[in-house]
Amino acid sequence: MLKVCDLHVHYGAIHALKGLTLEINSGEIVALIGSNGAGKTTLLRTISGLIRPSAGSIEFTHRGQKCRLNKIETHKIVSLGLAQVPEGRMIFQNLSVLENLELGAYPSNNKKNLEEDLEKNFLLFPRLKERLKQNAGTLSGGEQQMLAISRALMSRPSLLLLDEPSLGIAPALVQQIFSKLVEINEMGTTIFLVEQDAFLALETAHRAYVLETGQFYTQGKAEELLHDSKIRQAYLGEVSA
Amino acid sequence: MTEFIQQLINGLAWGSIYALIALGYTMVYGILRLINFAHGEVYMIGAMTGYYAVHWGMGTGSLYHLLAVICIAMLVCSLLGWAIERAAYRPMRQAPRLNVLITAIGVSLFLQFSGQYIFGADPKPFPALIENKNVLDLHGVVLSNIQVTIFVSSIVLMLGLRYIVFNTQMGKAMRAVSYDHTASYLVGINVNRVISFTFILGSALAGAAGILVGLSNPTVNPLMGLMPGIKAFIAAVLGGIGNIPGALIGGLIMGVAETMVSGYLSGTYRDALAFIILIIILVVRPQGLLGKSTQEKV
Ligand SMILES: Nc1ncnc2c1ncn2[C@@H]1O[C@H](COP(=O)(O)OP(=O)(O)O)[C@@H](O)[C@H]1O
Ligand SMILES: [Mg+2]
Repeated sequence: MLKVCDLHVHYGAIHALKGLTLEINSGEIVALIGSNGAGKTTLLRTISGLIRPSAGSIEFTHRGQKCRLNKIETHKIVSLGLAQVPEGRMIFQNLSVLENLELGAYPSNNKKNLEEDLEKNFLLFPRLKERLKQNAGTLSGGEQQMLAISRALMSRPSLLLLDEPSLGIAPALVQQIFSKLVEINEMGTTIFLVEQDAFLALETAHRAYVLETGQFYTQGKAEELLHDSKIRQAYLGEVSA
Repeated sequence: MTEFIQQLINGLAWGSIYALIALGYTMVYGILRLINFAHGEVYMIGAMTGYYAVHWGMGTGSLYHLLAVICIAMLVCSLLGWAIERAAYRPMRQAPRLNVLITAIGVSLFLQFSGQYIFGADPKPFPALIENKNVLDLHGVVLSNIQVTIFVSSIVLMLGLRYIVFNTQMGKAMRAVSYDHTASYLVGINVNRVISFTFILGSALAGAAGILVGLSNPTVNPLMGLMPGIKAFIAAVLGGIGNIPGALIGGLIMGVAETMVSGYLSGTYRDALAFIILIIILVVRPQGLLGKSTQEKV
């Protein structure tokens, strides 16, 4: 579904991504773990077309059709079915909850789908329905994260990218949100999940990539990585014996 | 008292025109954090369009003619506003603020001097699109049909703007883009299109203001955009730049204050007043009357 091949990204002289190759298959939850500054956000922003790579290719298969994303503008990438829940959520705090959700459906602008998709999201996150007319800036961090996920789902993505959805959220809500991600995946949306909380990510995902300063350190089945001693030491806070 | 009410009416009419221009400054600022110094020149082109429309054969004398001329001016100015953004500001989107500011001043000067070259530097008599009559005379307080036209047109245009901003898909996108560009891109908004649309909308309002001013001012000239442009900008700052109702209120206050000062003190203080207001507002309440003191984004 998504193929990234030998991707390089520079910020001026900083070489942030140094030749990443990865693949995400339809139906999977794939996690990307790595410490602060490893380049996780940079990778997601590059996939969404907010940053342009200096080399390499990004290929997205949409309804059986292959598209090279490298030069496609972000808003068009979204309408191809690739949505992102960005780091920090980026909720429109000056707009109501409903307006945020409606903006999520901006590319299609289809009234009938809108009603249907709103209902689906209320089933996932009933709290949003109670706060529909409320200014989005008044929501708690966890509620804003729910809104950000719902907003992204409103465009009916086939692939959903999430950048650290657990950041700054009460632990009880984090559990709830991650179980919803599994539900969303089971309903047919492929998920690429970036997390600093490696344990959480590996418990949720089928497969994972481990990023270290712009390069993959390793990759594999989530379960195997959970039991890998080096990973446990580096990312799961286990003290070496 | 009679004189005061008369001055108030004159001031509100004048202020409506400032408000129409101020809306363009504030919308563009809201969406790009850019002060479009060429906006006063767009208003000048609106007035010039009125002059040439009649000069080249548009009739005058009826309401239809007036409406037609307003529409033509709005159309011409929309195109100009769109072109200014495409040619001058879009290539500078990633550039430092100061560079963009200098570009804006450059565009303003370019239009002023091209105007002098193309239209000639001397003032031209603005055609009487409608005949000046008093429609109301209440104990000496008079209201002219031109003032009524100014009030009605401004109200209609502002209600139209309100409708667009709060009830249409594009308006919602404008509010989203004014909050954050990246977030807007990520929900699938074509941010560049929204920016173009904002320039078109603001410039159309300035074009209408150009005609409305022509109704009450006898002449038009290529430098006529300079002072009203600066004053409307100050009106937008007064109301809280980026804030649409603020631009309206700021414009009206500016118009009334100017009329009062020239009525009760002296016309010579009139132009100084705007700058006094600017200094006071920057010292006392830099975010403007309706602006929020918090920063817009994190
Ligand atoms: N806009 C930017 N300009 C310059 N350097 C940046 C920018 N954004 C990120 N970086 C650098 O790129 C590296 C990766 O950052 P990022 O992708 O945000 O990491 P992560 O999301 O894994 O924490 C870091 O060294 C960071 O300092
Ligand atoms: Mg990050």
